[in-house]
Amino acid sequence: MTALLEVEDLRVAYGKIEAVKGISFSVEAGQVVTLIGTNGAGKTTTLRTLSGLLEPLAGQIKFDGKPLKNVPAHKIVALGMAHSPEGRHIFPRMTIEDNLRLGAYLRDDKAGIEKDIQRAYDLFPILGERRKQAAGTLSGGEQQMLAMGRALMSQPKLLMLDEPSMGLSPIMMQKIMATISELKAQGTTILLVEQNAQAALSLADQGHVMEIGKIVLSGTGQDLLHDESVRKAYLGED
Amino acid sequence: MHELPQQLANGLILGAMYGLIAIGYTMVYGIVQLINFAHGEIFMVGGFGALTVFLALPAGFSLLAAIPLMIIGGVIVSVLVATAAERFAYRPLRNAPRLAPLITAIGLSLALQQAVWKWYPDAKKDRSFPQFDGSPFHILGANIQRGDLFILIAAPVCMIALGFYVTKTRTGRGMQATAQDPDTAKLMGINTDRIIVMAFAIGAAFAAVAAVGYGLHNGQVGFRMGFIMGLKAFTAAVLGGIGNIYGAMLGGIVLGLAESLAVGYIGNIPSMELFGGGAWKDVWAFVLLIVVLLVRPQGLLGERVADRA
Repeated sequence: MTALLEVEDLRVAYGKIEAVKGISFSVEAGQVVTLIGTNGAGKTTTLRTLSGLLEPLAGQIKFDGKPLKNVPAHKIVALGMAHSPEGRHIFPRMTIEDNLRLGAYLRDDKAGIEKDIQRAYDLFPILGERRKQAAGTLSGGEQQMLAMGRALMSQPKLLMLDEPSMGLSPIMMQKIMATISELKAQGTTILLVEQNAQAALSLADQGHVMEIGKIVLSGTGQDLLHDESVRKAYLGED
Repeated sequence: MHELPQQLANGLILGAMYGLIAIGYTMVYGIVQLINFAHGEIFMVGGFGALTVFLALPAGFSLLAAIPLMIIGGVIVSVLVATAAERFAYRPLRNAPRLAPLITAIGLSLALQQAVWKWYPDAKKDRSFPQFDGSPFHILGANIQRGDLFILIAAPVCMIALGFYVTKTRTGRGMQATAQDPDTAKLMGINTDRIIVMAFAIGAAFAAVAAVGYGLHNGQVGFRMGFIMGLKAFTAAVLGGIGNIYGAMLGGIVLGLAESLAVGYIGNIPSMELFGGGAWKDVWAFVLLIVVLLVRPQGLLGERVADRA
């Protein structure tokens, strides 16, 4: 079986500074794969390159069998990759419902869009209660829900979530993580970038530890969760 | 002729022109944060495009029937020039320091003026623009020239169409998204390059409509007409809150009315006799801008730029 996403020796630089220094990994359909690591490890850079916002210096990205060389970001969305960016980046001056509709920008099936908006409201009832409210008025956690709901609106084959728990209260973080496992149970393929290694590894099939632009350790979520070096470096154990 | 209704009518006619041109400044700024200082010249070439169509029509062709064709001609010329400028002058500089596209815009503005001056037949002096015959209409106590009805009808029609486009169509919503957060707009599948071209094109089309109104109002078009009109329209866009399309039209009308009332009445105020009359109207327009920016830096309908979380 070929992987949905295959990354081979990917290198990305900002000017002369190389932020991602040759990483390889893959995501199989139906899997949850997580990239963990500290700030500056290159996780966000990796996701932004996969979705076409950044251009790689070298390496290959294959999505759904197609190489993504020189494919602009908006066409990558059309291929079935959705990216919920770090810092949520909802459209603050639009209503919640309009934000969700923008997630379905490339779709033409009106009935299907309405159904999926309803699905987002079922997943996150608070969004449904405030559908006509400007998205900028939502709390951080609610904005995160909206960003995830919006990413799902394109009916992606691969959902990429960048730091969904960043800046959230512990309760909200739990809620977001519970939603991710719910999505996983529904069969959604997810590439999850997280600083909260404990939460991410507990629900991931595969995990990769990134340090200053490289993958230093890979394994199943459970393996990494019980790996001594991971526990020391990322789970705060002595 | 210093009655209030007449001054208000004059202000409204002028303001509608400013507003239509201001849309181009505000849309482009809202999406790429560029002040397109060549927009005044986009307006100017639209006037020449419309004139060219009129001159190409057989003698005896009625002006009323010619107007739609002239609009089409002006719009085509303006849109072509504006989108070519975007593609070949501004797009390569999109990631350059802010000053580079700004200077490019000023250079483009001069180049367009000189190109028309040099190559358009007899454009070294103002060229006369066709006029409607017949006496003015009397509306609510004001005399309105037949030709001025054009801009008074065209401006609201354009605004309603634009409002519909931006809020109800898919590309319109894509435009709003691109203005708010371009990278995230790409992640929604929005082709932001195309949205930017659309913003330039709509602004250019509105400027061409304004240029037809300007020609009918003034009876002439000239290669320099974009300079002061562009500056005023830019002022209107800032006054209304740059980035806000309704603000641009509001700013235009407020500016037009202020100019017209200043010309009509400031000279009547004791000890202000010196500052009345048409020669001072540009001064009052910019005084108004300064006052509004002191009191409300974001403009009349502008929003304070909120930090993104």
